[in-house]
Amino acid sequence: MRVFSIGLVISGIHLSMPLLFAAYGGLVSERSGVINIALEGMMLFGAFLGVAVTFWTGSPWLGLAAGVGLGILLGALHGLLSITVRADQIVSATAINLLALGVTAALIPTIWGQPGVSPTVARIPPVVLPGLSDLPLVGEIFAELSILDYVGFLMVPVAFYVLYRTPLGLRLRACGEVPEAAASTGVDVIRTRYLAVLTSGALAALGGVYLSLVQVGLFQRGMTQGRGFIALAAMIFGKWRPLPILAASLLLGFADAFQFRAQAVGLPLPHDLLLALPYLVALVALATFIGRATAPGAIGKPYVKD
Amino acid sequence: MIKWLRWIAVLAIVAMVAAACNGDNGTGDGTTTAPPTTTEAGTTEPPPEPTTVGLVYDIGGRGDLSFNDSAAAGHDQATQDFGIEPQELEPNQGGTNREELMRLLADQGTDLIIGVGFLFSETVCKVAQDYPEVNFADVDGFIDATTCEGGSDLTEDSNIASLLFAEHQGSFLVGAAAAMKSTTGHIGFIGGVEIGLIQKFEAGFAAGARHVDPDITIDVQYISQPPDFSGFNDPAKGKEIAAGMYDGGADVVYHAAGGSGAGLFEAAKEASDAAGEQRWAIGVDSDQYQSAPPELQPYILTSMLKRVDVSVYESIAAQVDGNFVGGYLIFDLARDGVGYSTSGGFVDDIVPDLEELKAAIISGEIEVPDAV
Repeated sequence: MRVFSIGLVISGIHLSMPLLFAAYGGLVSERSGVINIALEGMMLFGAFLGVAVTFWTGSPWLGLAAGVGLGILLGALHGLLSITVRADQIVSATAINLLALGVTAALIPTIWGQPGVSPTVARIPPVVLPGLSDLPLVGEIFAELSILDYVGFLMVPVAFYVLYRTPLGLRLRACGEVPEAAASTGVDVIRTRYLAVLTSGALAALGGVYLSLVQVGLFQRGMTQGRGFIALAAMIFGKWRPLPILAASLLLGFADAFQFRAQAVGLPLPHDLLLALPYLVALVALATFIGRATAPGAIGKPYVKD
Repeated sequence: MIKWLRWIAVLAIVAMVAAACNGDNGTGDGTTTAPPTTTEAGTTEPPPEPTTVGLVYDIGGRGDLSFNDSAAAGHDQATQDFGIEPQELEPNQGGTNREELMRLLADQGTDLIIGVGFLFSETVCKVAQDYPEVNFADVDGFIDATTCEGGSDLTEDSNIASLLFAEHQGSFLVGAAAAMKSTTGHIGFIGGVEIGLIQKFEAGFAAGARHVDPDITIDVQYISQPPDFSGFNDPAKGKEIAAGMYDGGADVVYHAAGGSGAGLFEAAKEASDAAGEQRWAIGVDSDQYQSAPPELQPYILTSMLKRVDVSVYESIAAQVDGNFVGGYLIFDLARDGVGYSTSGGFVDDIVPDLEELKAAIISGEIEVPDAV
């Protein structure tokens, strides 16, 4: 088996995409000043409801909508606890993570009559773009991509544009840096932060839906396996900025894909080293080229209106 | 505003707790809620105290369609046959409360406590010292003097039984089956976590395949490295790896990766559809053809059976009869502790060959390596 092949690219995209969605969820929320370590729980809930609704209706599109809808609700819950009631943001998010793990596992046997795992359900199919998938070499990649992959890649310029080129983005960033100053210019900090947290929930859940409805087509308890936290790391590694976060997500996803393949062909490298490779690369990159990552100024601080 | 939100929060927490309690009963499949017959018995004739058996699952618990479920099946069967009083517990996600759960059971006067999985070995070794009147068994756990402080090598008189399996022998047979069914001369192995126990599967599989076809190419890949045990429960990564193997020309892939195996079966179907040729997957631990959804069954060639259910059942049976034996109990081919499944009929044509190999292993004519 060849290490470098089209399959590697497809696999890399599959492994990066859930991280990318969740990391952008973290980005939007944290740029507005609300820490969101609930990404993991939101992904898990999204993955779960996506499969459940697909199971009931036979339509992965309804599953997608339901999963994202639940993400928005969870965002609202996180907002309610951390923005309105001004609970500690870490505690509120941890509650969501624990809730996700317990509730989804408990509901599996109720819905499917067997604990642990759902049956397989219809998946979100790849989009066939006439012409593109017939191209030599890269055609194979296009033949594998689903609408969510395109959404994921499109999300990057959109997020960049909104954050840096629109008044909304400016207000959002201001709320995350110096909310008092933003408020003095007439920005509704509470509303802006709510908007950010709701979007964050939707994006994280989308990452979960990608995992369960694009990649595997089933739900297994705890199937996100810490991807929400890896996404957080990608967000910090990407210094809370859209383009570096894309790079970080792709690096982690492709490193995994590469590592899986390198192991199988038995490259003459100890694979403990291969496994550590992406993290080593990240460390070196951070220490040498990228420099200090600075978090938004008001991150984690509840805003109190005078 | 904030005041009434606080009350809502309190209500929400109560609701969550209630939901969590319901969930526990659900995952226990009703067996944990067996009515306490002893209280009623007090008013009438005092019947003999039923034997109490506690089962503590590995992370993942019931529903992995593999290892834990197999243990649960043995436990359920024994509950039915012997009228024992069953107790099932499951550790938390990180598995940090294993010891607490075991002590909880021991304090309740449980007669036999079974830990499901090698991760229990240290805990069993430790707890068993403090409860000499309680018997312990650990599925897959090899326990000796080095396992924990104050531990000792097991003997027949120990209150610990290590229930061990000859996974390499079973894996040898499915490896041979893989080589016989492969048309590309290229097969694959996916391990959940790279630990000695899983390498035993790999070693047997490779030896079996090479016994049939010395020139066969075998891709070997592990999902995670200890102490990261996520590789046993990550179907998405299992699928990516399997897709890579099929993509690279393998046409039979065997997994020893617990819940991640679900991804392998999906990948086998997709690779078959894409190639227009049959691509096979081989299951592990229990007969995974039986538990797979119908659309995936045509791709499951066979499964390496590890009769965890038999080991659990036999331990409970011995306890009920009052002749629990400690030490190392090896469930091998000769004892039907390991084997292969024939559901689906895909290996029917090679069963005679496989049986011949099986006999050769039992007689010692073929010696299967148990390490890579």
